[in-house]
Amino acid sequence: MSAGSGSLSGLGSAASPQVLRERARVIVGRGETMLDGAGWGSQAERALHEAWRDEPGLLGFLKTTDHKRIGRRFVVTSFAFFVAAGILAAVMRMQLALPDNHVVGPDLYNQIFTMHGTTMMFIFAVPIMQGMAVYLVPLLVGTRNTAFPRMTACAYWLFLFGALSLWTGFAINAGADAGWFAYVPLAGPQYGVGKREDIWNNLINLSEAMGLMVAVDLATVILKMRAPGMSLRRMPIFVWASLVTSMMIIFAMPSVMLAANLAQFDRTFGTHFFNPAEGGDVLIWQHLFWFFGHPEVYFIFLPGLAFVSSIIPTFARRPMFGHDAVVLSLIATGFLSFGLWVHHMFATNLPEVGKGFFTAMSLLIAIPTAVQIFCWIATLWTGRIDLRTPLLFVLGFFVILVLGGLTGIMVGSVPFDLQVHDSYFVVAHLHYVLLGGAVFPLFGAFFYWFPKFTGRMLDERLGRWQFWLFFVGFNVAFFPMHLLGLAGMPRRIYTYGAETGWGTLNLIATIGAGVIALSVLLFIVNVVRSGFNGARAGDNPWHASSLEWATHSPPPAFNFVVLPVVASREPLWTREADEPTHVSGLSAQTREGLVTTVLDALPDVRYSYPEPSIWPFIAAITVVGWLFWSNMTETGMFYGLIPPAIAFVAWYWPTRKETVEQLLLERKP
Amino acid sequence: MIGGLHDVQAPAGAQAQAIVGLWHWLLPICTFVFVAVMIALGMALWRAPRAGTDTAPDVALLSKREPRVTRVVIAAVAVSTLLLLVLLAVSVMTDRALAQLPLENALHIELTGYQWWWEARYDDPDPSRMFTTANELHVPVGRPVIVTLVGADVIHSFWVPSLAGKKDLIPGRDTTVSFRADRAGVYRGQCAEFCGYQHAKMALYVIADPPDDYARWAERQRAPAAEPSTDEARRGRDLFLARSCAMCHAINGTTAQARHAPDLTHVASRMTIAAGALENTPSNRTAWILDPQQIKPGTKMPSENIAPQDLAALSAYLASLQ
Repeated sequence: MSAGSGSLSGLGSAASPQVLRERARVIVGRGETMLDGAGWGSQAERALHEAWRDEPGLLGFLKTTDHKRIGRRFVVTSFAFFVAAGILAAVMRMQLALPDNHVVGPDLYNQIFTMHGTTMMFIFAVPIMQGMAVYLVPLLVGTRNTAFPRMTACAYWLFLFGALSLWTGFAINAGADAGWFAYVPLAGPQYGVGKREDIWNNLINLSEAMGLMVAVDLATVILKMRAPGMSLRRMPIFVWASLVTSMMIIFAMPSVMLAANLAQFDRTFGTHFFNPAEGGDVLIWQHLFWFFGHPEVYFIFLPGLAFVSSIIPTFARRPMFGHDAVVLSLIATGFLSFGLWVHHMFATNLPEVGKGFFTAMSLLIAIPTAVQIFCWIATLWTGRIDLRTPLLFVLGFFVILVLGGLTGIMVGSVPFDLQVHDSYFVVAHLHYVLLGGAVFPLFGAFFYWFPKFTGRMLDERLGRWQFWLFFVGFNVAFFPMHLLGLAGMPRRIYTYGAETGWGTLNLIATIGAGVIALSVLLFIVNVVRSGFNGARAGDNPWHASSLEWATHSPPPAFNFVVLPVVASREPLWTREADEPTHVSGLSAQTREGLVTTVLDALPDVRYSYPEPSIWPFIAAITVVGWLFWSNMTETGMFYGLIPPAIAFVAWYWPTRKETVEQLLLERKP
Repeated sequence: MIGGLHDVQAPAGAQAQAIVGLWHWLLPICTFVFVAVMIALGMALWRAPRAGTDTAPDVALLSKREPRVTRVVIAAVAVSTLLLLVLLAVSVMTDRALAQLPLENALHIELTGYQWWWEARYDDPDPSRMFTTANELHVPVGRPVIVTLVGADVIHSFWVPSLAGKKDLIPGRDTTVSFRADRAGVYRGQCAEFCGYQHAKMALYVIADPPDDYARWAERQRAPAAEPSTDEARRGRDLFLARSCAMCHAINGTTAQARHAPDLTHVASRMTIAAGALENTPSNRTAWILDPQQIKPGTKMPSENIAPQDLAALSAYLASLQ
């Protein structure tokens, strides 16, 4: 490899251009084979547009493998479900505003809180974080697409159909009603009658399949497709967090899929995995569920931390203080989060000495988060601050997350947890952690990256109003719940008597919920207005340092007209004149990318991305069909597998065009 | 009026008292940390100079050490770790205190959770002195109580905040919880593990009586139901035994011995009916018999079509079950 004039050119020893052109004319019939590396406005750029273009119309919409379109879909879809689940929360708050209230009855209330929790955890929080990563990670590491774009496309469709089926069930009075945790035996065949829990188990299968597919894809991009020069030491914190999160998902999600399938076997085939009368054990469900469920909290939370770590350096106008410590903290959190699950089970009859271990772990995991908080404060302390809306949300995150983290330390202690477990204290705690740790940074991230997504800025003034309404409304809604929990109010009750004395605080909480609703509405207004009329953003409106800002806003389908080369941790802040800035020598006429080595990101091999395909979409439909068929009849479990088998074979069937192109581009070393 | 104390911060027994002791460590330490972090954040914002978006970033810091800030951050992490260790120690010590509740001469109760009510069987070495009641425990002040927890259908959870922390009633995994009430009073508890439709209306009252009162109460509970004294009440008993009531409920001293619903031998002596859903008054009892699905939708008690005079007789009989 030789560094030419400002570029790293030539991958392998190329055949002479004349020979290439000749072969291209003969085999592909496209005229000249063109290499990229010529920059914006060149002929190569036009070729890239042609090679990466999706066909127009519905078919192109269904076939696309563009990580930005898919990531945007994830974000928009899961945000829509966030709003839907938020409306359910408002209904719950209205029901609980007064003692003995009659807004909804117990059956509907139980469906509503189950739908709220299930939607927020499985259909909002995980997919929206993964969607942000699907959009941003290839840009942040300077490549043209995710590693397995068809798989990510399929993951989106699985997720969409799973989410829609859950909500269709709810619409026809078959909404899951055993809680987002679906404890057996309540969700088992004997007490969870009807199809409600079958639909819930299907959603778990589909959304976890989605999570795993996206996680594998992201981990591969991050480890193998980073821009040349982006060694692990130079990898942005957001990418680190995505890597840790993806690894956690790969280890955690199979656990809940297994549990959901065992539960479904109990329901469909009459097995007895969770039936104590036949030698099963109901606690196994809780172990399998929380072995996933606790890490899940952290794979919602780590991307939130990563948003914060992306926003703070940009608006403090300096590199992150303690970059390495922050990265190590993320990794440590990833590992420790697998040692906490029993703290959801302190009230069960597990051995007391063992529970003490989980108290120690629950306190220990506070340390890596503390390290990050101190590093952020140090970054702000020594920086020069530009107090824009993204940073405002980060400051709100500090207040709420620190409070939620401290109540987390409280509930991590076995004896104290025995009092507040399954009470409103925990409701308060989890909303402080999840909204504080994930949703506040997420709104900050929307304000931060909206210019990149759309090419337009979100309105600052509306953003400030939204922030203050959200911040105040949040605290009014959720702080009183701490007190309600201490006053003995359990979770998941659809009503309470006046004699309990819980009325006043519940009314206050309901008012706060109304203010939150208003702030979310303002955000939607802001997105719609600014999406059409917002100020033009330009490539890098915040003068930030990472690679996503090196391309147009919104980025073209191929992301970068030239693949960047990275020589520092803050590539856009530290461009040296005598360093190579980009790679050249990839085909501009086909979808080609560069695979680099895991540790140092040295160029390794070229990689041909798959063409768009309709089969991921069809495969997703067949899988969903199989799941529902298997809920209806036992035989569906087997015959229902035939359509997915056909779809997946068709998915991998090579096309003549791809084969010819790849032969054409092949080089002998 | 029904009611009762249910407040984590107002303990009335040794176990809840120990946990409040822990809370008195947790709350100030966590408040201190919160305030300290907020002050640090506020000062960072206050002292850092303002910049615009196009302010040149301070990239020199990429290759520079910042020893002073590093020392402060390390010190903050060290202090946090130290405080966590303190909390861990206090937590473990509280755990020990909870496990060391003296249990000599303890009262044994077997509490079974059903959808959506509680059955309590007071154990005794002499089987003839055992008795069963529902949704309401009486315990003697100052004497430890060992409650064996049995989940009959789905998972429930025992929680009486003023007396003790939670313990789940898990089908197939019987367990125990021990507590001691140190002050006389009425303590309200409620199922704390989501258990279906009427999870909200599954209260459990614990009434701590002075030992003599408790002994009198227990003696009365051991007695079979009194023979009704009026004709109407007698007719009510016959109706109770002839109709579907006796298929689920038990009344000692009669042929009604089913165990699918609360034991009604001394139902009129209780504070509430339907697991805390209603105050135990004659009119509430008749309303409940007429249309339980209106009051507690989903309850296993069916609505009955009863003629008014029959209802009055049943009501008179129930009122006699003191």
